[in-house]
Amino acid sequence: MNVTRSFLIGVAISASSLPALAQSRKLDVPKSVVAGSAFSIETEGGGQGVLYVVGPSQVLKRDVQLGQPVAIAAGDLDNAGHYLAVLNSGSSTETGEFDVVPANQPATLSFLAKPSRLPVGLQNGITGAVYVFDAFQNLITAPTPVSFQLSIPSESVQSRTVESHLGAAWTEMNSGAKDGNARFVARAGDVSATRVIEQVPGDPCGLKMNAKKAGGQIDLETDPLRDCSGNAVTDGTIVTFTESWNGGQTTVDVPLKHGVAQAEVPAYNGARISVATGVVMGNEIRWTNQ
Amino acid sequence: MISRAIIPRAVILLAVFAASGAFGADNGSVQIEPTNMQGPRPLAKQTATAVVRDYLEAWQSLNAALEQNRTDLLNQDFVGTARDKFAETIEEQARLGIRTRYQVRSHDIRIVFYSPEGLSVELVDNVQYDVQLLDHEKTQTTQMIRARYVAVLTPAEVRWRVRVLQSDSQ
Repeated sequence: MNVTRSFLIGVAISASSLPALAQSRKLDVPKSVVAGSAFSIETEGGGQGVLYVVGPSQVLKRDVQLGQPVAIAAGDLDNAGHYLAVLNSGSSTETGEFDVVPANQPATLSFLAKPSRLPVGLQNGITGAVYVFDAFQNLITAPTPVSFQLSIPSESVQSRTVESHLGAAWTEMNSGAKDGNARFVARAGDVSATRVIEQVPGDPCGLKMNAKKAGGQIDLETDPLRDCSGNAVTDGTIVTFTESWNGGQTTVDVPLKHGVAQAEVPAYNGARISVATGVVMGNEIRWTNQ
Repeated sequence: MISRAIIPRAVILLAVFAASGAFGADNGSVQIEPTNMQGPRPLAKQTATAVVRDYLEAWQSLNAALEQNRTDLLNQDFVGTARDKFAETIEEQARLGIRTRYQVRSHDIRIVFYSPEGLSVELVDNVQYDVQLLDHEKTQTTQMIRARYVAVLTPAEVRWRVRVLQSDSQ
């Protein structure tokens, strides 16, 4: 939202639907723990109590012996978030807040790569975005190096390493000069994700046709079509031959077959014949009957 | 005729009125910070407005779902990991006989990332809320919490859905 200044929406409401905030003693909890790890919460006094650990992402409830530390075992609390711990001993309530932070070790990557198919030689034509998660599907918000690699057979590998910001990292890459399947790999720590991107030839470069007489017709045939990087243009690409003569015009659309396009047009003396495909114009021939 | 100097204020006021109508009063006060984005893709104003609107609606759904212990209330606004985790919380609450009420006092939202292919938006929200814990309908405590939430939303058919919603302390 490209707003030049922040603005406050004046719809503040009171928290009247909830009772007045409780006056409770402070519970001694660790400031933060790593997701999935074991930790303990100290308690004081004697007798029985109930410990609650509450957050939108997870809740725990334990009967506890007051005066003894409450052990939270490894794997008991594995969702990152800000939690409220509440110890109710019947006569009093103690509360404390703490964070469960994501583990630093990436375990899965959510990798969005686009497009899945594009022409060769396109500057910044390929984009990749990654979200980095730990083993418990917590977004790792601490800066994490993420490397991107785009490899195309018989070409040098493009590599970039960026640091994630709040769990997200992105990059742009150029498509290569050769057609074929490119492997786009994102890696963080020991995990990687791969996407395949199909690189197809670009527009033809130097479209050229030749003409020869065949009875009362003219045989037209292009040279093998290649893009500016030398890749053969895909068969099926439409090539248009246009013949114009003394007020008349003939147009023939033919698909490329084995790299060339062929057509026959009537042999009109003085006709002009042109060839084009997509936005690319080829040569023009002026036909003279001999 | 409106002078040029007045136009920006008028635009901002219109934005405020439009926003308050769209976002509703159940979200407490809502402050939207200027975007501070990484990424090459520009974020259209309409897209940003839709993202914030759907994000705030997701909070309302989450609050209702946690208070009523109903996982079905998550379906419209949450997807993937976020939905799975909140659904597990609700199932666990129901099993333990507890409910939680989250009464949001304020949101302070900033969009920080729009992925290049347009398939995700990340935002940061400094939220202030009261959380009330009830065990078998007996209130155990009500506490005011300040937390920073990081959310990732992805587009669905007609709305943005929350795929990640995760907090830490401010």
